[in-house]
Amino acid sequence: MAFSSGDSNVPESVKNADFEEPDTSLPKTNISKIRNKMRRMTEYVKLKKEKQRLKRIARKKRLKEAKALGDSAPPKKVPKTIENTREPDDAMVDPQDEEVQFDEAMDEMAAYFNKDYVPKVLVTSSDNPHTRTIRFCRELKQTIPNAEFRWRNRASVKKMVKGAIERGFSDIVLINEDRRHPNGMLLVHLPDGPTAHFKISNTKLCREVKHHATWSEHRPEVILNNFNTRLGHTVARMLASIFHYEPQFRGRRVVTFHNQRDYIFFRHHRYEFKNEKRAAIQEIGPKFTLKLRSLQKGTFDSKFGEYEWVLKRHQMETSRRRFFL
Amino acid sequence: MMTEECERFDMLIGCETGYFKGVNTVKKKSCNLNKLNSLRKEDEVMLMCWNNEEETEVCLGLRRQLVKTFSVDRLCFTDEVDISGGSGPPRGLAKCEGNLLTCVESGLVSVWNVHHTKTAEFEVGDNICRMRQSPFKPSILATGGKENNLKLWDVQNPEKPVFVAKNVRPDFLDLRIPVWVLDIQFLPGTEKVVVGTGTHAIHVYDPLTPQRRPVLTVEFDEYPITALAVAHSANNVVVGNTRGRMALIDLRKKALAHAYRGVAGSIRCIACHPVKPLVASCGLDRFVRVHDINSHKLQLKMYLKSRLNCLLMKTEDKIVEESKNNSNDTDEMSDEDVDQESDSLWLNMENIGDEENDKQERHVKDVNQYREKKNLKRLRYGSTQTKSHFKRKR
Repeated sequence: MAFSSGDSNVPESVKNADFEEPDTSLPKTNISKIRNKMRRMTEYVKLKKEKQRLKRIARKKRLKEAKALGDSAPPKKVPKTIENTREPDDAMVDPQDEEVQFDEAMDEMAAYFNKDYVPKVLVTSSDNPHTRTIRFCRELKQTIPNAEFRWRNRASVKKMVKGAIERGFSDIVLINEDRRHPNGMLLVHLPDGPTAHFKISNTKLCREVKHHATWSEHRPEVILNNFNTRLGHTVARMLASIFHYEPQFRGRRVVTFHNQRDYIFFRHHRYEFKNEKRAAIQEIGPKFTLKLRSLQKGTFDSKFGEYEWVLKRHQMETSRRRFFL
Repeated sequence: MMTEECERFDMLIGCETGYFKGVNTVKKKSCNLNKLNSLRKEDEVMLMCWNNEEETEVCLGLRRQLVKTFSVDRLCFTDEVDISGGSGPPRGLAKCEGNLLTCVESGLVSVWNVHHTKTAEFEVGDNICRMRQSPFKPSILATGGKENNLKLWDVQNPEKPVFVAKNVRPDFLDLRIPVWVLDIQFLPGTEKVVVGTGTHAIHVYDPLTPQRRPVLTVEFDEYPITALAVAHSANNVVVGNTRGRMALIDLRKKALAHAYRGVAGSIRCIACHPVKPLVASCGLDRFVRVHDINSHKLQLKMYLKSRLNCLLMKTEDKIVEESKNNSNDTDEMSDEDVDQESDSLWLNMENIGDEENDKQERHVKDVNQYREKKNLKRLRYGSTQTKSHFKRKR
């Protein structure tokens, strides 16, 4: 109401002249007004062709100008992607922030980053696992140094947590399967949490990876990409803490957790320096994608545990450009 | 410095890291009121309460059994009481006639006088999760915890509890329902007490009746209810659970009135503004949120970097008037709205004073509000009509 009253003083004719720019390049036809479907279609094709033609011309012109101007040409426009138009997020942290540093120095993974203990990981699966899940678990066991694969034997997670603490494990990786394919991963940091639950998709076992390299026993390097929010930091710290803190560079093995739009891509490579600038990589496998479902404070307790973050799809996934990691 | 930017604080928040924050809801700014170098892991702020009626000093209950007093005016810590005794972190903190009441997890309630000496102590049973003081009768305390049902105590006479609750009946399989009191609140106007439990139930106990079991039970969701607050209109409570669901529950209808959206992590504390229809919540997702109870709209959302434990709202804060203060650019209509609303709120506050004709007055108040709203609508409608009419003429 308030802003409409401001315009009312301007005469109609002036207003129109202001707003309608002389746009002669495109035929001004309202196609949606045509009632005959066939005609509408042909008109649409025509219009689209015309649009493309104009675009081509504009592009040629732009290129020509850029060539003529040389270095002083206007910079190339950056295409809009979902990532670079991400919604601004309050939870994005500055790693130099005093409070964040203090919080991280006090969290449950701090002991690992102080190199107080050597991680020892228990890999297990859901009850009655099938071929693919078993193989997947074994390959995970291979990838993670100092890991042990154990059959689940109908053990409850809470009991398993207790047992693992007694036996000096530092983390539990539990793979769940559905229809004979791995579909979930529970990562429990011991002795007092946190617990992260991930969805697993797109699993590729080593032998399904094309031109895969053979695995070696060296401890890998770990790369964590794009974990920028506070939640992302915690998840990244959890993922990092299942690997040994001192990689053996001789092995040239590298494990990557790459976060893109809240999906975490796991890749496992061997690299080779071709010369000073170039490096070649060869995949070892396995590869899979993780997506965080929930992060719980403390060890696994789905009934009475306190959740730090839970993905609520209909409340939180209302925008394509909002990410949490 | 940061503190100068905030000017004044309408909300105080204690964090798990030990930080203690002041929030200016009008400017949407926050700052840490204590310094980093003095913090340790055991400095986690578990509880908070006002030290005086004027709300210029606040008591902080730290995990290592220490109560610190902070002056909001002078922005410094003024006092420190060592409340060691019993074991476990403090679970309750209250002020009663200048004395400090504390309760630790092992169930030891102590009374400390102005000179920091213990004048009395009594046991209320172990595994205490919460102790609360009645805002209407300051000498009445309520305690409860794991396998330790609700008990009401009189500080004047602590030998025997005033009221001891009885566990609910076993469920349809004849299995005992565990006792697990997580949060307690007193309902205004009555002696009734509301309790949120780990078995996702909200119980209302009435100490005046001979019945020791709850007189009313509402279930909410499937996860432990960690926080509870009595809403602006007394028959509603706001509850929050470990999965970050916050809801307004109508005790008369025994039903969910509204579920607030957008909370991602476990809720540690909910506080309702004593005068305005506002509810603030904070928890493990590190956000503090202020919702309007009636319109359900999110008024404020701020990221505070640490996991948040407890929250205190100042009575005379100006969250609603926030739009008024920095709305030089917005249209005038909303300004008038806010003005009238706040005016009516103040008027209502005077009305509540008498206790005898409470019910009738509330009714009158409701009717008045309704009329006011209607009038407002008419006004607005009329104004738009005239405007459009005016336009057409041109």
